[in-house]
Formats: sequence, C-alpha cells, structure tokens
Amino acid sequence: MTEKIILAGFGGQGMMLLGKLLAQAAMTEGKYVTYFPSYGTEVRGGTAVYHLIISNEEIFSPLIEETDTLIVMNQPSYQKYKGMLKHQGLLLLNSSMIKVNDLHEAHICKIPATEIASKLGNVLVSNIVMLGAYLTVKKLFSADMILDQLREMLKGKKTNLFAINKQALESGIQIVKSLS
Amino acid sequence: MKQLLTGNEAAAEAAIQAGCRYYYGYPITPQNELINYMSWRMPEVDGAFIQAESEIAAINMVYGSAAAGGRAMTSSSSPGISLKQEGISYLAGSELPCVIVNIQRGGPGLGDISASQADYFQAVKGGGHGDYHVIVLAPGSAQEMADLVYDAFNLADKYRNPVMILGDAQIGQLVEPVEFHKKHTEYLPPKNWALTGAEGREKRVIKSFYPVKGQLEEFNAHLQRKYKLIEEHEVRYEAINMHDADIVLVAYGTSARICKEVVKKCLQYKFKVGLIRPITLWPFPKEIIRSVAERVHSILTVEMSAGQMVEDVRLAVEGRCPVHFYGRTGGGVPTSQEVIKKITEIEPDNRAAHSLRQLVEVK
Repeated sequence: MTEKIILAGFGGQGMMLLGKLLAQAAMTEGKYVTYFPSYGTEVRGGTAVYHLIISNEEIFSPLIEETDTLIVMNQPSYQKYKGMLKHQGLLLLNSSMIKVNDLHEAHICKIPATEIASKLGNVLVSNIVMLGAYLTVKKLFSADMILDQLREMLKGKKTNLFAINKQALESGIQIVKSLS
Repeated sequence: MKQLLTGNEAAAEAAIQAGCRYYYGYPITPQNELINYMSWRMPEVDGAFIQAESEIAAINMVYGSAAAGGRAMTSSSSPGISLKQEGISYLAGSELPCVIVNIQRGGPGLGDISASQADYFQAVKGGGHGDYHVIVLAPGSAQEMADLVYDAFNLADKYRNPVMILGDAQIGQLVEPVEFHKKHTEYLPPKNWALTGAEGREKRVIKSFYPVKGQLEEFNAHLQRKYKLIEEHEVRYEAINMHDADIVLVAYGTSARICKEVVKKCLQYKFKVGLIRPITLWPFPKEIIRSVAERVHSILTVEMSAGQMVEDVRLAVEGRCPVHFYGRTGGGVPTSQEVIKKITEIEPDNRAAHSLRQLVEVK
C-alpha cells in the first residue's frame, strides 16, 4: 500500500495541520511516512502545498510526481495542481471555493467545507471537514484515532476547540455518506 | 519512541543527545528549524545558545568552545557556510573537533532557498585555504540526519577534526518519523589537549600558526597521516542491487532518494540498474566504485549541481567504464522520469530500454 497525497490551499486554510494529522496517524500505525511542506518566500493568501506519502514500504523520493489523491481548498490551488492527479485518482475539493472547469477522469468528491465550517461557527475548521471526508472515502485510519490525536494536540489552552473540531470531522464523514 | 520531526530538528535534537552543549548560529533559510529548535532546547539542558551577530562570529565561537573541550556546533546554509570558511580552515589547522551543518540551497551568490547540492566541491575539497579536509557526511532522511549528527560528534572527537553534515533544503525541511536510539558507548580518548586552566599542570597551546621554518611542513605531514587513517577506516556507503547491474547510479542525499525510485521502476521493466549512495563524501567510497566499474557497462552520476561529485567518480573509475552525468541546478530537483530517460539514452540497445522509453514518453 502506498498513498500519495497532495494538499493545497491558501496559507491559513490548515493544510499543514491536515497533513500533519495524517502523518501522525501513519506513524502511530507503524507505517512509513514522509511529509514535505512548502516553505520560504510564500506570501499571505498565496498557495501552500504539501506532499504526503504514506506506505508500508520504504519511501524513496519525498516529492510526488503523480498523486493518488489531491485535496484542494481554493481555485488557484486547483488550477495549479489538477494536472498532477493520476488517472482515476481521488479529487477532494472544497466546492465552496472551487469551480470545476475541466473534465477529470477521476473520482471527484465535492465538499462545501468552508460553508459547513462557517455554519459550525468557525471557518478555520474547514480543513477538519475535509479530513473527515477523506477518511470516509479512503478508510486509511479510523475517525476515533484521529479524534484521539486532536484531543492530544488541543490539550491545555485550546481544549475548548476540541468540540467544534469533532463536529467538523463528523460533518465531513456525514456528507460523504450522504453523497454516496 | 518515534517523533515526527523535520531533518533540521532531528539534527538539533541528535546534537543535544550527543552531548553538544554549545550552539552558535545565525538564521538563514532553509535551516531555520535547526537554530529555532536549539534556541529553546539548549536552555533546557543548561547549554549555551547564542544567536551570533554573523556567521563569521558563530564559527569563531565554535572555535573557542571546542578549544576548551566542549562539544560545539554551528549550522547554516550555502552563503552562510561560505562566510565560515576561514574559521573552518583555522579549526582544521588547530585540530579542533566540532560539527558544522550545511543545509544547501541554490547558488551561486544569494541564489534561492530551494534544494541544491552545488556546495560539494567546497565541502570535500577544503573550501578554505590550506591542505586540509573535513569529514563530510551526507544524510538521506530525517532519521539518518539524527544518526549521522550523533556519529559526527564522535568522529570529530576521535580524530580531532571538524565534521560537516552536508544536507540540502529537502532533507532539512521534510518531516519524517525519527527515533533517537544511539547510546553513549563508543570509547573516546580523553581531551588531554583542551584549554581547561593550567593550574597544577603543564601549559597547553591550541594554534594553527607555525612560523619556524620546517615546523609547518612537519605539522602538515601529521595532518596527512591522520587523513589517510580516516580514509582507511571511515568510508561509508549504501549499495543497492549491485550483483547483476548493467548500469550503476551514484548519488547522495536527495538525489539518491530519487535514484532509489529509479532503480525500483527500472527493475519492474527488467532493466538492471544498481545504486551506490555515498554516505561519507569525504572520505569518498572510491574502492567500491572502482571495483564496480570493472564489471558494469557504465556509471551514471546524478546530482543537483552542474557536475561536481562526478569528478570524484571519474577519479575512482580511472577510465574502466564510461561515466555519465545527469544534473539539475539552481534549486531544480531531478525527477525519476528524467533520470530514466537519461538511462535509456545511455543504453538505447538494452532489451528493456524500449519498454522503459514508453514509461517515460507516456508522461
């Protein structure tokens, strides 16, 4: 099993954290994992992209040339990275901010993540909505395990944020179930 | 217990665990996670962390701590490492152990902040003035970064010589599970040369200045004997699929990871490709490359440079087989597709070349 995921959005949409949660889950399950974040001369609102590879075998190049899954949060990210998705790959997109303008031979999953997160009361959890959706489609890790990690990560001053993150994850799970 | 860390953070924590208590640095991308980690971690272990006023100041602070017998480290990226070269020459000339981390970025000049391997010559051929070598270690993952930084401190003390960790932006920035499992077991000679205060004992002198005619030549002969010893005992490399390879790739660090992918893809098409990954760049694994050159069709060196390590490969091969080169510069990272294409060009008549070419052309 090797799963290559490209995550992209604008800085602040939480792609870094989404990738980190998946990477952490992979490590906990004893899988090989490599997570390569973009860095450096990024501008506020610009595109942030992350390459995440999870595998049962040693991972060679940390850069993805052709991705199994593309998770995109805004239009510029979609435009920039749609060409990297492999034939019949998974395209998970934030339909609140992306208009699909191409014919994709892919499994497309449109999640209005920004909208859902706003309704929950905090637009910042749109990434966790996407995570819930991803977990439901690919079934790589259980939602319980991810929730445990979130609880751990939000320990201390941020404990009060756990409830909304849990809701966001569950919303992502629900919407995929209702779509299928 | 495994932790998710960047290569830079892995280097910092490994240094702490190896007993490094003196870190001096000046910020530069793409190694900032290292200096950032040190800034909060050093105080936890009662060590010294100084954000120096410049790279030059930092390397000379390392000289001071090393002369006093401490385990000292500095880190930077390409332009900053250029600034440190005078200090590195003095450290080598004074036989002071220390660890210098270079997370290479694109050059020359201020360049860019992307991954590069264009500081190879500077690292392995001296960099500063005089006949000297630093031991150069090239990690290929966050875990290996931790392991090699740990070993670097031991090698430095064992030989009283600076050790350089030569990474690149990708090795420094990638996040991977890391385990710190090395134990303090290796025997190291006591530092009976360190400047610890001369009360009750003979005075000691740390210097790289030998003005009396003949003395410096004698000292250089001593250095060369030491370097020969290092070359005999400290060569490290990883060799993959060597037994029946037609072509052998030579690559280190990030390039080697891409080449491992190339080897895997080529084997799926029954194209026999092997890989030698030097882990020590100095001392360079000449022997294995020479012996492989006797029995393969050709060697292909892959680097993120215009062709630097390939010169050492050619020196090792001494004409026994053709040595080809594929490189990207200025922050460009080779893809496995590009390397496979190059392989099919080198061996167009190989039985597997046709199907491999299709793999590349589909893209």
